[in-house]
Amino acid sequence: MKTITQQKPIEEIMQYVDRCKWIHIIGCGTCATLCHTGGKSEVVEMKQRLEASGKKVTGWMVIPTACDELTADALRQEAEAVDKADCILAMTCAIGVQNIAIHLKDVKPVYPGLNTMFIGIEDKPGHFTEVCLQCASCVLGRTACVCPLVRCAKSLFNGPCGGSSDGKCEISPDVPCAWQIIYDRLVETGRLDEMEAIEPVKDWGVSVSGGPRQGDVDAECGIVLSSAEPEATSTKS
Amino acid sequence: MKAGTNLEKILESGRFAVTAEAGPPKGTSAAVIQRKAELLRHCCDAVNITDNQTAIVRMSSLAGCVITKQAGVEPVMQMVVRDRNRLALQADILGAIALGIGNILCLSGDHQKFGNHPQAKGVFDIDSIQLIQMMKKMRDEKKFLNGEEISGDVPIYIGAAANPFADPFEYRVKRLAKKVKAGVDFIQTQAVYDVPRFAKYMKMACDMGLDKKVHILAGVIPIKSLGMARYMRDYVSGVTVPDEIIDRLKGAEKAKEEGVNIILEIIEQIKEIPGIHGIHIMAVGWEDIVSEMVERAGLMPRPVL
Ligand code: SF4
Ligand code: SF4
Repeated sequence: MKTITQQKPIEEIMQYVDRCKWIHIIGCGTCATLCHTGGKSEVVEMKQRLEASGKKVTGWMVIPTACDELTADALRQEAEAVDKADCILAMTCAIGVQNIAIHLKDVKPVYPGLNTMFIGIEDKPGHFTEVCLQCASCVLGRTACVCPLVRCAKSLFNGPCGGSSDGKCEISPDVPCAWQIIYDRLVETGRLDEMEAIEPVKDWGVSVSGGPRQGDVDAECGIVLSSAEPEATSTKS
Repeated sequence: MKAGTNLEKILESGRFAVTAEAGPPKGTSAAVIQRKAELLRHCCDAVNITDNQTAIVRMSSLAGCVITKQAGVEPVMQMVVRDRNRLALQADILGAIALGIGNILCLSGDHQKFGNHPQAKGVFDIDSIQLIQMMKKMRDEKKFLNGEEISGDVPIYIGAAANPFADPFEYRVKRLAKKVKAGVDFIQTQAVYDVPRFAKYMKMACDMGLDKKVHILAGVIPIKSLGMARYMRDYVSGVTVPDEIIDRLKGAEKAKEEGVNIILEIIEQIKEIPGIHGIHIMAVGWEDIVSEMVERAGLMPRPVL
């Protein structure tokens, strides 16, 4: 799994750091390095661009994996340069940005240098495809391991729409129709009859529409969702 | 009778139905719809009012249906799942019934990327098959999707679309079967230009006994010009236009007349295909032609039931 990122336009970054003179830059040695968006060379290049616009860079580092808890250690080791900065420019995915923000010793602005696009897998060398939206009720078992939620442009759950043509999605001849892939895989494995059942409507309440999701690790039960069973239903809307 | 609409009566009595289509305006004028209703009044049994067709914002289908009905023409309210979630869809279904609209057509909707607000968030809370199922539940069990009771009757004649020309071809009839299983009463197909492929599709549908369970109306789109035929072949998703049609239009002195002749020939062939219970004429922006076509196809006068 990789988090696919893209650099933000420099104009947007300059707006963020407008009121800051001293900036510290943090990249990530994992996904952002792989995407050439927040690895060492991009961080150094950003340093030069900021300096060319009259900003001072107090320091920079590329944290091995900006989304994990070792980020706290990295920030501590780099404390001197971090402390001197008016803000942090995080050239990491959005998870890294938020992780840095919660692990900073002194509160200061952390600005994203990248747009986080999607969670993808490298299905061809150098090519990434979005694969999952973390919907909390996975249907891959019925869709031959192709996620209809993110790979079908209309998130359809019951087969291809009328726009599927020659294996391509109606939105573009460059986009494969997810349901054609699902269909082919089900045919290949003799499971086409599974497509006859009508997939029930999705429970978005456990998914992206259910409010912020949190979970606690429990040794016996695995993850216990904090928002899974609300104690009382609010009557306000 | 499920809803007792004119369309339902015609189809259930075994007559050959004719429906047409009218798009609401990109504005506030009721007169635009009234004019279209006037043109279509005597030549069809019901008129589909499109719902933000091709993802371009227009007056709502529900409002368009009410205006059509007031003009004395029976509407079919199209409903796409692209723009509304399950709350809004159910709310509009209740409202439609309260306003005397009985035919509702369930669609996915063209992707918002094609329209005039390509940056919009597509809703797609439920899909078109789930919409059919939801309406059936509302009608037959008088229950909302969540199982709560609905007060009052919910008479709906449920329609859906089918595209025999999309891929994978072998799956298309199975998808139709899925819609039948979900509870659809009538189907309007994508425009037929490739009659042999359509006949093959219908044969498969009849072999599965689907023609006994659902009324299938074959879609036709009159061709106005060679450019239009080419455009539909190349850019309209889910439409196939065979080369012979393009060649005939190229060779024709008056492409507009030839286009009408081509469609009339297609209608003649469609009428002979077992399992076809009507035609659906989508004269996008060319409503004037519909009555002439229906007349020349020998389908006038329309029955009064
Ligand atoms: S169905 Fe849900 S959990 Fe499964 S891959 Fe798709 S988004 Fe992820
Ligand atoms: S063409 Fe395929 S991928 Fe595209 S919206 Fe339709 S079913 Fe989904």
